[in-house]
Amino acid sequence: MKKSIQHSLLTLTAACAIAASGQTLAEDKVLHVYNWSDYIAEDTVAKFEERTGIKVTYDVFDSNEVLEAKLLSGGTGFDIVVPSSSFMARQIQAGAYMELDRSKLSNWGNLNMPMMKSLEVYDPGNKHSIPYMWGTTGIGYNPEKVKAALGDNAPVDSWDLIFKPENLEKLTACGVAVLDAPTEMYPAALKYLNLDPNSLNKDDYKAATELLLTIRPHITYFHSSKYISDLANGDLCVAVGWSGDVLQAADRAEEAGNGVVVEYVIPKEGAGMWFDMLAIPADAKNVDEAHAFLNYLMEPEVIAEISNYVAYANGNSASTPLIDEEVTSNPGIYPTAEAEKNLYPFKVLPKEIDRMTTRGWTKVKSGM
Amino acid sequence: MNLKKFIPSGRTLVIGIPYTWLALFFMAPFALVLKISFSEAEIAIPPYTDVFRYVDDTLSVVLNIGNYIFLTEDDLYIAAYWGSVKIAFFSTLFCLLLGYPMAYAMARADEKTRNILLLLVLLPSWTSFLIRIYAWIGILKNNGLINNLLMGMGIIDQPIIMLNTNFAVYIGIVYAYLPFMVLPLYANLIKMDISLVEAASDLGAPPWKTFLKITLPLSKGGVIAGSMLVFIPVVGEFVIPDLLGGPETLMIGKVLWQEFFNNRDWPIASALAIVMLALLSIPIAWFHRYQAKEMEGES
Repeated sequence: MKKSIQHSLLTLTAACAIAASGQTLAEDKVLHVYNWSDYIAEDTVAKFEERTGIKVTYDVFDSNEVLEAKLLSGGTGFDIVVPSSSFMARQIQAGAYMELDRSKLSNWGNLNMPMMKSLEVYDPGNKHSIPYMWGTTGIGYNPEKVKAALGDNAPVDSWDLIFKPENLEKLTACGVAVLDAPTEMYPAALKYLNLDPNSLNKDDYKAATELLLTIRPHITYFHSSKYISDLANGDLCVAVGWSGDVLQAADRAEEAGNGVVVEYVIPKEGAGMWFDMLAIPADAKNVDEAHAFLNYLMEPEVIAEISNYVAYANGNSASTPLIDEEVTSNPGIYPTAEAEKNLYPFKVLPKEIDRMTTRGWTKVKSGM
Repeated sequence: MNLKKFIPSGRTLVIGIPYTWLALFFMAPFALVLKISFSEAEIAIPPYTDVFRYVDDTLSVVLNIGNYIFLTEDDLYIAAYWGSVKIAFFSTLFCLLLGYPMAYAMARADEKTRNILLLLVLLPSWTSFLIRIYAWIGILKNNGLINNLLMGMGIIDQPIIMLNTNFAVYIGIVYAYLPFMVLPLYANLIKMDISLVEAASDLGAPPWKTFLKITLPLSKGGVIAGSMLVFIPVVGEFVIPDLLGGPETLMIGKVLWQEFFNNRDWPIASALAIVMLALLSIPIAWFHRYQAKEMEGES
């Protein structure tokens, strides 16, 4: 769930270069991977190619909606895709994925089994998918600017910061961004109202729309990737965003040495927890190669390196000791046991609810 | 056997090419979209039900008109159509106000300068459309070119918010579509008989009157052609409002995107597209009739 278009373009260029260099041997084994932009370590693919001789074409996307449209039109041409769990559940229902052949996945035992159990909500029996990375949807903020606007007791550890108009009002001047995704913002608003974040009750969504409308005048913009660079540049003081993206903004600010500090917090009321999954489309042509790649990604060393690079937690227990302490000790990436209690999953909602949130979101954004 | 009957004549062949093209790339996709607009959304590949069902040697056709009814039930769609038409109308007007003097000056310039001017109008389109729109983000944003310049000169001390507003959308559209206005106008004005203008001024008409009474009426065809070339694509424009527009920018292209991607409701999205096409065909048909009349008049 992430990332700016610039990054997609960069990665795409790199992918093209890899693809071009692989064109020479026609009978080469090939593999087509479709992943989120900026979501893998720099040499993961190169090392896989070196080891197996399989040429990988690596392409990137930056929204679940785009991936889903491709999958549902059929014939994506990809052998590995990385949907978020709540989207994947529906795609499994539509028959978009093939069942994994566990005999080809010798590293299966490295996976985080309790997590696999909870993932059965999306993929019964874990037949179609394995977890890649997971993270939360929380608040990224600039401590100095928030303090300047709201004083020392600013509620930075609570959704009060966002959903109390009297707080948000004072933050408008220094910039407020929220994700342009009803699937993220409605659960947060519902949770703040003490309602079920995955409610099936239409009245709950009306209440959430009312809440979102009260804070709407104080939101600078709605966008799902622009906030990374704006947080890093100090153009924003608060953003509702994805954990890894905010942490990436913090890294960028530190590298730039511009004096901007960015922090990520999982609000105490709770936050949405999502999983990005690896799966093989039903019409994939290079099934053996796809399994080889999945098995490779389940190696603790490989996935640990990716976690170090992208600042997201993974679904591989065996890799945890190999991940940099800087990453594992960060409560924004590996939540404390206390925070973990309040995390809620994103469930698959019926179409009427989807339509209601999309419509409500349009109302929130345009006043229409 | 007479084979000749089956081999098309050269004339039919030449005429056939554009018709085949239209059939393949316009009628066929249109028929597909029309078909989807009468189906129902479902969780499957592809994500809609079949309109034609062939079971036990019976072909049944199930037309679901619920999608079209749905469009009338929520004022969002009407508002979005209206928003698109409004933005398209004003963009066309601004393009005309800017483009007419440009085309006029080009047509009246001497031949050498004229070609350079023509090249200058076309030159920007050598750069990717997307990159040119991205460039406007850099120019209009809060710490962008304009705001930094104005703040540097001490004229303002708070940045003027320009990006993510309808103002930015107008800038982007007028900028991107101006050549489509200038070129037909130029083609029209260059053909104009200068002696009529000369005669008018010989008979004592002031320049503004000559322009209103002679030049403008004679260039009506160019004005209409240019306006259509701008108005029609702008109604369905998606990229510019998405990149430069803000929450207040409500256009049908964006609503279509939401139906297709966020609601995954291909049937509603298709119905929306069909209605948009139907609405657009009114000005297109009008333009066509005008053109036909014009041609008759000339011959």
